[in-house]
Amino acid sequence: MKLKGTGIKNRKKEWRRDWQLWVMALPGLIWVIIFCYTPMYGIQLAFKDYDFSKGLTGGDWAGLQYFKQYFISPLFGTTMKNTFVIALTSIVVGFPMPVILALAINQLKKGLPRKVLQTVVYMPYFISTVVVVAMINILCSPTNGIITALLRNLYVIGENTNILGSPKTFVPLYVISGVWQSCGWNSIIYLAALSSADLELYDAAKVDGANRWQMIRYVDLPTLAPTIIILLIMSMGSILSVGFEKTFLMQNTLNLGVSEVIQTYVYKIGIMSNQISFSTAVGLFNNVINFTCLIAVNQIAKKKADISLM
Amino acid sequence: MKKSFHLSNFLFKILLGFICIFSFVAVVYPLYFVVIASLSSATMVNQGKVILWIREFGTYGYEKILEDKRVWLGYRNTIFYSLVGTMINLAVTMPLAYTLSRKEFRMRRPLMALFVFTMYFSGGIIPSYLLMQKLHLVNSVWAMMLPCALSVYNVIIARSFVEALPPDLYEAAQLDGCSHFKYFIKVVLPLSKAIISVLFLYYVVGHWNDFFSALMYINKDELKPLQIILRDILISNQAFAKGAGIGSGMMGGSYAQDYADQIKFAVIIVSTLPILCIYPFIQKYFEKGVMIGAVKG
Repeated sequence: MKLKGTGIKNRKKEWRRDWQLWVMALPGLIWVIIFCYTPMYGIQLAFKDYDFSKGLTGGDWAGLQYFKQYFISPLFGTTMKNTFVIALTSIVVGFPMPVILALAINQLKKGLPRKVLQTVVYMPYFISTVVVVAMINILCSPTNGIITALLRNLYVIGENTNILGSPKTFVPLYVISGVWQSCGWNSIIYLAALSSADLELYDAAKVDGANRWQMIRYVDLPTLAPTIIILLIMSMGSILSVGFEKTFLMQNTLNLGVSEVIQTYVYKIGIMSNQISFSTAVGLFNNVINFTCLIAVNQIAKKKADISLM
Repeated sequence: MKKSFHLSNFLFKILLGFICIFSFVAVVYPLYFVVIASLSSATMVNQGKVILWIREFGTYGYEKILEDKRVWLGYRNTIFYSLVGTMINLAVTMPLAYTLSRKEFRMRRPLMALFVFTMYFSGGIIPSYLLMQKLHLVNSVWAMMLPCALSVYNVIIARSFVEALPPDLYEAAQLDGCSHFKYFIKVVLPLSKAIISVLFLYYVVGHWNDFFSALMYINKDELKPLQIILRDILISNQAFAKGAGIGSGMMGGSYAQDYADQIKFAVIIVSTLPILCIYPFIQKYFEKGVMIGAVKG
């Protein structure tokens, strides 16, 4: 069945064999060209003055003017810092949680408690960001929020702290609610990896007299290592794309100083105040950093552990 | 030696129990609270007396929601976007996944790269918005369905699944002179029920919870999906804008704020319930779906 060479005859033969495959790929191809690559073509706007009549190709050449405008603006420092703080805290706090949860669930015997726990922890993933933010607002309300009351009684926060409106509590609130939303869901992938672990390893460890801690340390964790690394690389690729929706919805005038991230800033200057070229430039800057982080971490992982995307 | 062994196992069990119980309570309680609060009286909730069970049963919030036309309009729109959108998603994803799964297809790798690249790099929201404007899709129902007509991640999952089907099937079909179209419809699709269920769930949830597309592309009231209405009611506090406003008029201003939370609780339940209802049916396929996705690496 293999076709060798690139002779015209073979090409024809191949086309006769494959044309239906092209037809099936066509809708997807058209979609990716229109909705993914055409906007990429529009990136040139970042280097040009926007001209309404010319659309995506832009008007006069402006060079790096709009990038400069961003770098010298006072919001450059704020948005960069906020984005990095939120992203890094999310990764540092949020990344190990699903691993721990998966290890714990994996220790439970197959049966009702395990099933119930799994069903429950996956649930928040299906709740929309709007509803999650609304729940945060209600439960953490300074006047009658039940979480506020709990934290006050435990002396975690002061008597007059307003969790929703304080620059100090925004990041913890964002990160912890993020863990609530996705920890269970993200644990599925680790559970799946654990279920494919080599059973002989467990038996061998038992024979060697390993206790349950040692089983986790020497069998479970090495089994999970490749998955952990892959997911870490992928999360680096979106380090600066802090969830737009959630940040946007959680913003209020009191926490804006710590909650304005690059993406929400792009939305505001671009869509709301129509500075098209400027906001495209800021957005591009964001994308380039993301992409660079992804490539860098991917390279490091390739060298150190021989694991990489693609 | 023996004693320390027991102690460490004991500590292990304690920690295990703690993690499991803590995660269970931490996830369930907020949801449970919303349910009982939505069925209690506003005064009891405000005084912090609703903690473990309903106090002074009432359905005020639900009654107000029933009167609020915006919610039902949003509901209708969201159901439409979710169902039609998901059909489009599946119709594009499955054939594409089949093509990308055929190992003898020479353009397989380049095509795959073309799609995967878009997972990590995009034009950004502004060029996308301008494109939608140029295509005259802003403020049209298609704005809610076309930009998200495909998720590359889901294509990867589906491709891995189709790839894992027994190769003998394809060889036998080919000997019978079966074309790709026929093989895809007669053999691949019937064998892909598991993956189609997973994709269906992912896509439906994606559409149901999609707030971003509507924020970007929809301004017309009659096209707004549930999530935007929810934002207006829940976060921007427009609980008494229309419909439910009658209630506030009758009650007088000071009561309105107290009852606003009641309406919020009810809205949360009413909007989230449909999704939470379909999910247990498809749950058994999850691990499978995610595992297939992970194989790619």
